[in-house]
Amino acid sequence: MTNYIGKAVRRVEDKRFITGKGRYTDDITLPGMAHAYIVRSPYAHARIISIDTSAAEAMEGVVKVYTGKDIAESGINGIPTGWQVNFKNGDTMKEPPHPLLVADKARYMGDAVAVVIAENREIARDAADMVEVEYEELPAVAGPKKATKDGAPLVHDDAPNNLCFDWELGNPKAEVDEALDRSHHITTLEFTNQRVVPNAIEPRSAIGHYESASDKYTLYTTSQNPHLTRLLMCAFVLGIPEHKVRVVAPDVGGGFGSKIFHYAEEALMIWCSQRLNRPVKWTADRSEAFMTDAHGRDHVTKAEMGFDKDGKITGLRVKTYANLGAYLSTFAPCVPTWLHGTLLQGLYTTPKINVDVTGVFTHTTPVDAYRGAGRPEATYLLERLMDTAALEMKMDPAELRMKNFIPPFDGVEQPGYQTQVALQYDSGNYHGVLERALEMAGYDDFRKEQEKARKDGKLLGVGFSTYIEACGIAPSAVVGALGARAGLYEVGQVRVQPTGTVSVYTGSHSHGQGHETTFAQVVADRLGIPMENVEIIHGDSEAVAFGMGTYGSRSLAVGGSAIMKSLDKIIEKGAKIAAHTLEASEEDLEFAEGKWTVKGTDKSVGFGDVALTAYVPHNYPEGLEPGMDFSSFYDPANFTYPFGAHIAIVEVDKDTGKVSLKRFIAVDDVGNVINPMIVDGQIHGGLAQGIGQALFEGAIYDENAQLTNGSYMDYTMPRADDLPSFELDRQVTPCPHNPLGVKGAGEAGTIGSTPAVVNAVMDALSPFGIKNLEMPLTPERVWRAMNS
Amino acid sequence: MATTIQVTVNGKVHSHEVDPRTLLVQYLRDVLGLTGTHIGCDTSNCGACTILVDGKAVKSCTMLAVQADGCEVKTIEGMAEDGSLHPLQEGFREKHGLQCGFCTPGMIMASADLLSRNPNPSEQEIREGLEGNFCRCTGYHNIVKSVQYAAKKISEQEKVAQ
Amino acid sequence: MAGDELLILFNYLNCKTMIPNKFDYHRASSVDEAISLMAQHGMDAKLLAGGHSLLPAMKLRLNQPGVLIDIGRLDELRYIKKEGNELVIGAGATHDDIAHSAAARSTFSMLSEAADLIGDVQVRNKGTIGGSLAHADPAADWPAVMLAANAQIELRGPNGARTVAAADFFTGFFMTALEDNEIITAIRIAEPPKGTGSSYQKFMQPASRFAIVGCAAAVTVDGGVCQKVSIGFTGLADGAFRASNVEAALTGKKPTEENIAAAAQLAGEGVMPMSDHFASEEYRLHLARVYAARALTAAVR
Repeated sequence: MTNYIGKAVRRVEDKRFITGKGRYTDDITLPGMAHAYIVRSPYAHARIISIDTSAAEAMEGVVKVYTGKDIAESGINGIPTGWQVNFKNGDTMKEPPHPLLVADKARYMGDAVAVVIAENREIARDAADMVEVEYEELPAVAGPKKATKDGAPLVHDDAPNNLCFDWELGNPKAEVDEALDRSHHITTLEFTNQRVVPNAIEPRSAIGHYESASDKYTLYTTSQNPHLTRLLMCAFVLGIPEHKVRVVAPDVGGGFGSKIFHYAEEALMIWCSQRLNRPVKWTADRSEAFMTDAHGRDHVTKAEMGFDKDGKITGLRVKTYANLGAYLSTFAPCVPTWLHGTLLQGLYTTPKINVDVTGVFTHTTPVDAYRGAGRPEATYLLERLMDTAALEMKMDPAELRMKNFIPPFDGVEQPGYQTQVALQYDSGNYHGVLERALEMAGYDDFRKEQEKARKDGKLLGVGFSTYIEACGIAPSAVVGALGARAGLYEVGQVRVQPTGTVSVYTGSHSHGQGHETTFAQVVADRLGIPMENVEIIHGDSEAVAFGMGTYGSRSLAVGGSAIMKSLDKIIEKGAKIAAHTLEASEEDLEFAEGKWTVKGTDKSVGFGDVALTAYVPHNYPEGLEPGMDFSSFYDPANFTYPFGAHIAIVEVDKDTGKVSLKRFIAVDDVGNVINPMIVDGQIHGGLAQGIGQALFEGAIYDENAQLTNGSYMDYTMPRADDLPSFELDRQVTPCPHNPLGVKGAGEAGTIGSTPAVVNAVMDALSPFGIKNLEMPLTPERVWRAMNS
Repeated sequence: MATTIQVTVNGKVHSHEVDPRTLLVQYLRDVLGLTGTHIGCDTSNCGACTILVDGKAVKSCTMLAVQADGCEVKTIEGMAEDGSLHPLQEGFREKHGLQCGFCTPGMIMASADLLSRNPNPSEQEIREGLEGNFCRCTGYHNIVKSVQYAAKKISEQEKVAQ
Repeated sequence: MAGDELLILFNYLNCKTMIPNKFDYHRASSVDEAISLMAQHGMDAKLLAGGHSLLPAMKLRLNQPGVLIDIGRLDELRYIKKEGNELVIGAGATHDDIAHSAAARSTFSMLSEAADLIGDVQVRNKGTIGGSLAHADPAADWPAVMLAANAQIELRGPNGARTVAAADFFTGFFMTALEDNEIITAIRIAEPPKGTGSSYQKFMQPASRFAIVGCAAAVTVDGGVCQKVSIGFTGLADGAFRASNVEAALTGKKPTEENIAAAAQLAGEGVMPMSDHFASEEYRLHLARVYAARALTAAVR
């Protein structure tokens, strides 16, 4: 029996957030704390001729100014990369140094040149104006394909043609070429999956706190991933013993990927704090966040899909130039390769697939995982191809998908589905989600309405997207073989107190996902105790043994499973104690609803009594350790594969080109659901971000690689009045290989929604013979297309 | 040239000397320690710093502390009265109108202004009333539901009071 | 700009932040005191009303005044009233005050329509019409409406008061007829003749919520014919302007769809349009035609 799982339990964490008692990094003030302001390059590419800090340092209230030279002289290292993708010929990928402050050259607009530390934020800000930096501006390049051309300005001298790696996956290219050559029809799309800025509403912040008496360091930081930050910072950058460093990621105001990575400012604050022997805080302004938070997407792609005369897919060939930015962020090389190429099977039985990706340095902000990370790019590519192919072949886009779907399989009775691009899908029923979405949309009626509207001069359109994603990247041995420099397991510790209350320590980190609720639901149900008796602790390396953090929709599938493993150990040990208490044999006991009962009798002992006995072991099984505290590392057997069908309905204003999103229908299958309210919320937010990319968002770099829209005055994000209420439903196909049967829900909305919206606009514009437009579909872009 | 201001915040009178360039949001956060009001941008767009000044929603990042001299300020910390949550706070929890919580205080304060003008707003009116507040987590879907919940609750409370 | 050019730069360009420069602050207790404070501090002083144009610029340090003179509390500036056949709006009236003023709406509905489309709720609660007019942002909403309403703008300085017609007030890119030592005190708008309708229609820049193109139109229809047509544009060029060619094309004509469409076609003729990420010159001109038609159509409805 479950009391909690599957129910829309209200969130435990909300109380503090709705009363203003959340504690975010910038809310923390430590005694004696100084404030840092970072001087950043206004140029995308410039040699630093000289820096004069004397005027700034002479100002009252300025504590110190450090430059790249100080960093270089201190002998510390730069920011490392957590993933390695080599060249096809076996050469090691190019991994140029990424110093905390640059001494020689600035390589993107916003590259950190100096740090001013002062008694307060205002003085630090004023003093930054007085740091005199002499630059020699150099030519710069922002576009990834352009950057590979001979003669393009180099970001790093030792990376010719700005190449970081090149990479290929799938069937041999010759086989794919042949399949396409024999095809009845080939649909080709060339497009840019534009660069977007994550824009968590909380800007990044870090406080370094060195205490000389104990020689200990504490870093408070806006991180999705505090343990990994500690590992990278200690072992690779600063060379400080890990046990001397505590990393705390308190309440974090959204991440969407951008707070996974170890950033220079984190190590810099620790370094400054140690030098100055006092706490130092840095908090980004939004303008700074635009320049320095890792961006997402930025692929230049050509994709070709072949079909036979019945509309069955015969092959897929993809060439992508992936922009990595000026330096390699933590997971940058993995995103356009193993998180992108591996998803190009989609939901379809495509027999031959070849994907070729070139990773390129440019004079731009580093690019890394942003909600979906690689999978939205793959889905965009496939789903745009499908709707375009349907248009070209005069087929219905829903029918074309149905015709090509992989047949249902549960991963238990039927085996998993082996793709052409390395993955084995766990379980799926792809027809089911599309059928349900069509029904919700009233698809047949819509087509009639659309026909009528066209006669009245109104442009309505419907677009589809049927997606799959791979979540909970795993197992460690496999990802290690693919280049990961870390394991991708998770840690879950369950500590039962003598009175039967439970503290759970998880390596997952909650920054909006609601782990404090969902995880507690799981624990309370498994142990048969009230949720109030369960506390979830996360985000503090001193409390939690270890962790790999939260990203890739992995928390419940991996972190939740680790907790389940520990719960199993608790129940197993509890059974030994219960058997002793009940004078029965362990095999005769069953555990349910919080008590061990001798089968077929009414003899039982409750969880609380067993917990107490474990800590007061007077009458206790011989040889059994006292206490009830178990920790587990869970390393998944496979990825999980959520999927779904999204339908967008739009209207285009014929006069202005403005797109209005009228309806959005999403039927997602994320496996078992612990808290439907939270899962729906995750989908809603994901949809808004995906819709944002389709219609509004995009970083714009000019010919000097200047970011020209780095503020909320210039970068459009969806607001409440830009979106409709979403129409959601779900199907449940449990994950066969994790104990909770869950697949992950954090990214689904973002992955599915973008192509659905773009397809809908293309459908609305089909009377104009328009087949492809670049995102975002701004009014002017649409208007131009209608009038060209 | 420091200036002395007297501001009533959540019913309590405060008097401080401030540098004129101190923004109201910095005064609330740094001087009064009311860190429930957040800073999400530097261009007056995101609404995370929204508070009520003399009953109306303003962005406290676009107001100097000296401008609030003599004013009644209400922040998220002052919304719950006598230990019971304001209907908006309750609505945001009941309808899952928040995820990371960072935009939430500003969103609740902007909603308070909205409901004070329009106690029974339509979905469209709610969406337009919150045009000055970004949320990156919820897609606004459940925020709309939260405000609707609060509107209903407030009108029920008023009926009972009558 | 490439090559080996040497540049020394104090980091003004990219040091954007929350924090304004240091300044002295005075709160004026009357308009007269404000004027004398301005005289005292000269060019170094700036008036602070709602602060919703000035403070954002100061936070980014695009504007670094040494002295702020706060006129935001002056009740003598915050009113909306009818005086004879005139609507008088105090310069300190907020956008929100105007949006909810029955007097403003009954004079010209475009006043409340425009007020309601400025920024967002929070901005409208603090920002004032006087501040907006003095700032004269080329994409601000009020200037277009003031032009279409033939508003008279009252100014006061050390040498007394004067009145400037809106058409003479806006002189260019962030430029007005306001002298450095003057303050806007009120806006006077004559009650239009019976049969006058008006509308403000705005194509919004989606991020900033300023106008890419805003068109204010007031049309007096008598005997089935447009007797008087006034059109103000904002967002299109480097400053707000009257579209006299469109006005002339519709004046004396019946307010039919065809006549409106024909007149609207002239919108933007001879104008040097602005251009940005959101709208090229060509697209802005197109929007001017579309929004002229929309505003005129709504005005005569």
